[in-house]
Amino acid sequence: MSVASPAMEIRNPADPMLPRPAVIQAIRPEAAGIATYSLAFVDPADRDAYHFRPGQFNMLYLPGVGEVAISLSSDPAESQVLGHTVRYAGNVTRAIGRLKVGDMLGVRGPYGSHWPLEDAVGKNLIIVAGGIGLPPLRPVILSILSQRDAFGRVLLLYGARTPADLLYTREFGRWREAGIEVNISVDMADESWRGKVGVVPQLFYFVRMEHQNTLVLTCGPEIMMRFVIYEALARRIPKNAIYISMERNMKCAVGFCGHCQYGPNFICKQGPVFNYAAIEPFFGKEDF
Amino acid sequence: MSPNLPRVSASIGLPKPALQQVFDNLRAAGFSLVGPTVRDGTIVLDEIARLDDLPVGWTDEQEPGRYRLKKTREALYFNYGVGPHAWKQFLHPSCLRLFSVEKSNGSWVFRPPEEPPPRYAFVGVHACDVAAIGILDRVLLGGEFRDPHYARRRENIFALAVNCTRVNPTCFCTSMKTGPRVTTGFDLALTELPEIFLVEVGSDAGSEMLRDTPWEAATAFDLGRAARAMQDVERQVERQLKTDDLPRLLYDNLEHPHWDEVATRCLSCANCTLVCPTCFCTTVVDTSDLRGTKGERIRLADSCFNRDFSHVFGGNIRPNIRSRYRQWLSHKLASWIDQFGTSGCVGCGRCITWCPVGIEITEEVNALRAKAAK
Repeated sequence: MSVASPAMEIRNPADPMLPRPAVIQAIRPEAAGIATYSLAFVDPADRDAYHFRPGQFNMLYLPGVGEVAISLSSDPAESQVLGHTVRYAGNVTRAIGRLKVGDMLGVRGPYGSHWPLEDAVGKNLIIVAGGIGLPPLRPVILSILSQRDAFGRVLLLYGARTPADLLYTREFGRWREAGIEVNISVDMADESWRGKVGVVPQLFYFVRMEHQNTLVLTCGPEIMMRFVIYEALARRIPKNAIYISMERNMKCAVGFCGHCQYGPNFICKQGPVFNYAAIEPFFGKEDF
Repeated sequence: MSPNLPRVSASIGLPKPALQQVFDNLRAAGFSLVGPTVRDGTIVLDEIARLDDLPVGWTDEQEPGRYRLKKTREALYFNYGVGPHAWKQFLHPSCLRLFSVEKSNGSWVFRPPEEPPPRYAFVGVHACDVAAIGILDRVLLGGEFRDPHYARRRENIFALAVNCTRVNPTCFCTSMKTGPRVTTGFDLALTELPEIFLVEVGSDAGSEMLRDTPWEAATAFDLGRAARAMQDVERQVERQLKTDDLPRLLYDNLEHPHWDEVATRCLSCANCTLVCPTCFCTTVVDTSDLRGTKGERIRLADSCFNRDFSHVFGGNIRPNIRSRYRQWLSHKLASWIDQFGTSGCVGCGRCITWCPVGIEITEEVNALRAKAAK
């Protein structure tokens, strides 16, 4: 897990807490209370300098309201316009929900560790996402699409509470055509639903997978990831082949505010993407 | 360098009233003088100008959950232990504007604070607090990112340190290997003898501030007295914290029932994190004008004992005192080492003195160790 090299970032080296202005180019509704915001820096020099890796996040700032950590959900190969899939949950995200195309935000980033896409070349991938855990994994999927032959089998196990909560459904066809095995379930079905019903880790029971030469990448509620890890370990996938993306309260994203500490780690620096073997002693500890 | 100034690493004798000349030299050089002064029944750190501002003739009594000032017969200047204030309040202010933002020509313009911070001369920095500043340096300057606000305040300080010549029952600097003697990170270091200061010169700047003072080379007699005083003080430190099994002991016992027991006493009031010279956590608040075209981002001191500290959508990661006390202690003494290559504790004892219920960090570690061994 390395972080992106400093030359590739929109971080003011003199002041890492200072955002840069960006404008909303498009807003795409994804589900009830969730939309993807495509942002472009106002300054062309910022647009050219900015590059990110799958799994990294930005701090989005609304003057007078606050700042929030949002994962990048777009294709890392296209970094002129940056996708952020936002769920309207707190003060800042609800205020973002009131913005229109053409409105302005402050942006700084990218921060944090990334999914081990380089290590995944030539390997099988099991991507497991729950709810709003899919957006941080979408850059992985989009990167795979552009170089599908570089990877072995790619399984996506994805679930949401209800069919209406599923994200990116209109893209599933394209993902399947490219040879990604998309497996979907919902916790609660409605009359329209013809697919599987159950929590995400149960999808492991519907697919056969190789345990050798396979990486698991998972993001979702901690309790879901806990059971994903059980299922993966039960299939003899080793601990160090499992990667998880963690969430904690975060104020600064540069290791100063102390909020996102997770044992010896800062989620903003060593995370959000962790190798499970590295955080196993702390993962699942009550109220930790 | 002028021939009438002492060399770096020299020890000199300075008549006590001549310290005023050092203060005057510092002020003339543009420093803002901050040091110990008596206020609200405690010795706090604030702006000072004259020797009279120092706590002359005062000493303190400290115990778990107790702090009292007491008049002494001797008119000593530095006859007290560390008080509720720490130097972080100047280097890492508890309230700071990070930037202002204004809508201009359709775009947001972000402006960092422009006014330069004061150049501080810290008067009376104890050895544990010198170590604490070294720890803050690692936290805020030593990593991938540098805190520019800390850097601007830190790079220009003048440190007039003092060797401790008395010990409080809350002190455990010898366990943390930070004191009682100041060995590094100072411009001048004083040892207070009954009628003079013995001064060690730590830098060219320190030497320069001795200009126009009637200093003399230290006599063997004075050096001997000071050395004996330091040895005595070192022996008087009774409180111990065994550190050789840290961080392992804490990492291995994150779910030990002892945390529940501490939680029955801890009030989660955050006093310990406020007085701690190394606790650095912050939060931010945002303000705006009514039209929403101007705003400011303010950074405030925060504490892992505050309930909202670990709030995420869907709940609070550390919803009880047990988990918050465990976070504080295990960060201070265990994960801090992994993060910054040093313990977060300097053994100053402030968290013990200022805990309203007298929880002792040293005793909690001892208790956990004893219970875990069973």
